[in-house]
Amino acid sequence: MKRRGFILMSGAALLSGLLLPLRALAAVWNKAAFEATTLAGATQGLQVDKETPSADITVNAPDRAENGAVVQVEVISRIPGTEAIAIVVEHNPTPLIANFMFAKDAEPYVVTRIKMAETAEVKAIVKVGSRYFTAGKQVEVLENGCG
Amino acid sequence: MADNIKMRAQLKGDVTELKVLMTHPMETGRRKNDLDEVVPAHFIQLVTISLNGNVVTEAQWGTGISKNPYLTLHLRGAKVGDMVAVVWHDNKGQSARHEIAVTAG
Repeated sequence: MKRRGFILMSGAALLSGLLLPLRALAAVWNKAAFEATTLAGATQGLQVDKETPSADITVNAPDRAENGAVVQVEVISRIPGTEAIAIVVEHNPTPLIANFMFAKDAEPYVVTRIKMAETAEVKAIVKVGSRYFTAGKQVEVLENGCG
Repeated sequence: MADNIKMRAQLKGDVTELKVLMTHPMETGRRKNDLDEVVPAHFIQLVTISLNGNVVTEAQWGTGISKNPYLTLHLRGAKVGDMVAVVWHDNKGQSARHEIAVTAG
């Protein structure tokens, strides 16, 4: 429900042609989750209590990344009712990379490029109502990208 | 600030493939410059994608997204000529917006 309010609010900001003031942005950005320095802290910040591994989520990333500064990751969720996909990397200084929230006209699909400090699993956490599902892909990092 | 965002939206079958490239330093706040000074954090925190004015995807980001962020997303129900807009906001209060029409793939 929090998410709905969030979408409506920024939708209103768009329609009025105004950009979101910084104070409003600070209110929506999940500071606790993004500034957490442990994976447990990040998932707690996202209010994930229990994650169930799922074969209906695909995380595509290279087996080996020469440069951890740019690692391309693709996440596909085939779970009906997917509302959000969060990307986390356990061994990064701040494990939570991104949280994508999808309205009904968007496929639960994303490709983006992330930074990785060291070899770790790139994990996707998929939100479906109040339930969370997860899948991951191990990526060997040859050069730290978190400078 | 449209030059900060390059984007393309192509209708491919039922799905519109949106590709976005943003120009942004995405500083983590941990990197040191040549003078051994810490470069302050400067990163995009919020990205909003809308189709004909309706928000379809919202992303919150931390410092772990690479410099000059890249995105591919898939939108449903768009037609050629529909308008796709991308807006980002960063932790310094800067923002950029860009809008394009969906083209045939």
